[in-house]
Amino acid sequence: MLGQPLNPQVPDMKNIRVLNFDQFEPSLHLKNDTIYLVNFWATWCAPCIAELPAIKAVEKKYSDKKFKVLLVSLDLPGQLKSRLIPFVRSNKITSDVVLLDDPNQNRWIDQVDKNWSGEIPYTVIYGKDFRDSYTHSFSYKTLDSIINRKIKLP
Amino acid sequence: MRSIISFFLIFFFAVNIAHSSGYTIGDKAADFKLKNIDQKLVSLSNYPDAKGFVVIFTCNGCPYAQAYQDRIVEIDKKYKSKGYPVIAINPNDPAIAPDDSFDKMVSVAKKKGFTFPYLVDEKQEVYKNYGATRTPHVYVLQKKGSDLVVQYIGAIDDNYQDATKVTSPFLANALDALIAGSRPEPSTTKAIGCGIKDKNKK
Repeated sequence: MLGQPLNPQVPDMKNIRVLNFDQFEPSLHLKNDTIYLVNFWATWCAPCIAELPAIKAVEKKYSDKKFKVLLVSLDLPGQLKSRLIPFVRSNKITSDVVLLDDPNQNRWIDQVDKNWSGEIPYTVIYGKDFRDSYTHSFSYKTLDSIINRKIKLP
Repeated sequence: MRSIISFFLIFFFAVNIAHSSGYTIGDKAADFKLKNIDQKLVSLSNYPDAKGFVVIFTCNGCPYAQAYQDRIVEIDKKYKSKGYPVIAINPNDPAIAPDDSFDKMVSVAKKKGFTFPYLVDEKQEVYKNYGATRTPHVYVLQKKGSDLVVQYIGAIDDNYQDATKVTSPFLANALDALIAGSRPEPSTTKAIGCGIKDKNKK
């Protein structure tokens, strides 16, 4: 069995990087022509899972545009192999996924956004000259119209 | 014109009420009467000798709540004798969070050796009244005469992953301050955990 691929049918899954907040923070402040959607979620968060198909569909629709999705999981690091990786595989998630392993949330939540309670889902959509945050689950229609509008900006 | 003004007044007050729901530090907390895992009803008035309470909204299924189960038992063991017993309340609707059913509360409490009441907020009114949003979400109440004054709101400590790596035990510090006759500092932190499961929310 050694050396056999785990499951040859799943699409390429990027490695899930495990980062502390200081390592992750630059991903919230990239300055280039790309529009970034950074979504904080977890496998145990039902409203987060409910909006993943919308995020996936919008990501696919704008795959030829300068638009990038980063899924930031707040799953417990001890559940990386038992929960997060199996979830990402079975849901065929091909977006970048990082596991934010930084237990002092009272420190870093404010550094993301002073007005954020820390409740997930929480999404930041930003480009080099705008930054918006959302504390609700997206429908495909809402998210598509937001990204469509942002991408059309000069 | 008057109707427009009154419309805006009503709108203004409605928005205001929505924002003022839930307790802040110094508010007087309301007592409740909720079913414990032994089927008996529990109220804070059942504890005439307590100096206050550590009310914790928590549950069975959320990984953060699970990570804190042993620590909540430790807090209760340490502070019950000092006048601040833990009262745990499960605010989740088991219809959307099956792990948080009453039967599973009974088995979790048994397995983890809960030394405190583990109550169920069946009507999902108490958590709304307090303004809890997460599990676990802590409210420390201090008795002042016949009032229960809210003195600390938020997280248990600053490391949900590993109790041995905690640097700020917020809740224990708050209780130590109250027992010493001073005010908790900080008196509020961000509660870290899962959202409360309520099908009428959002």
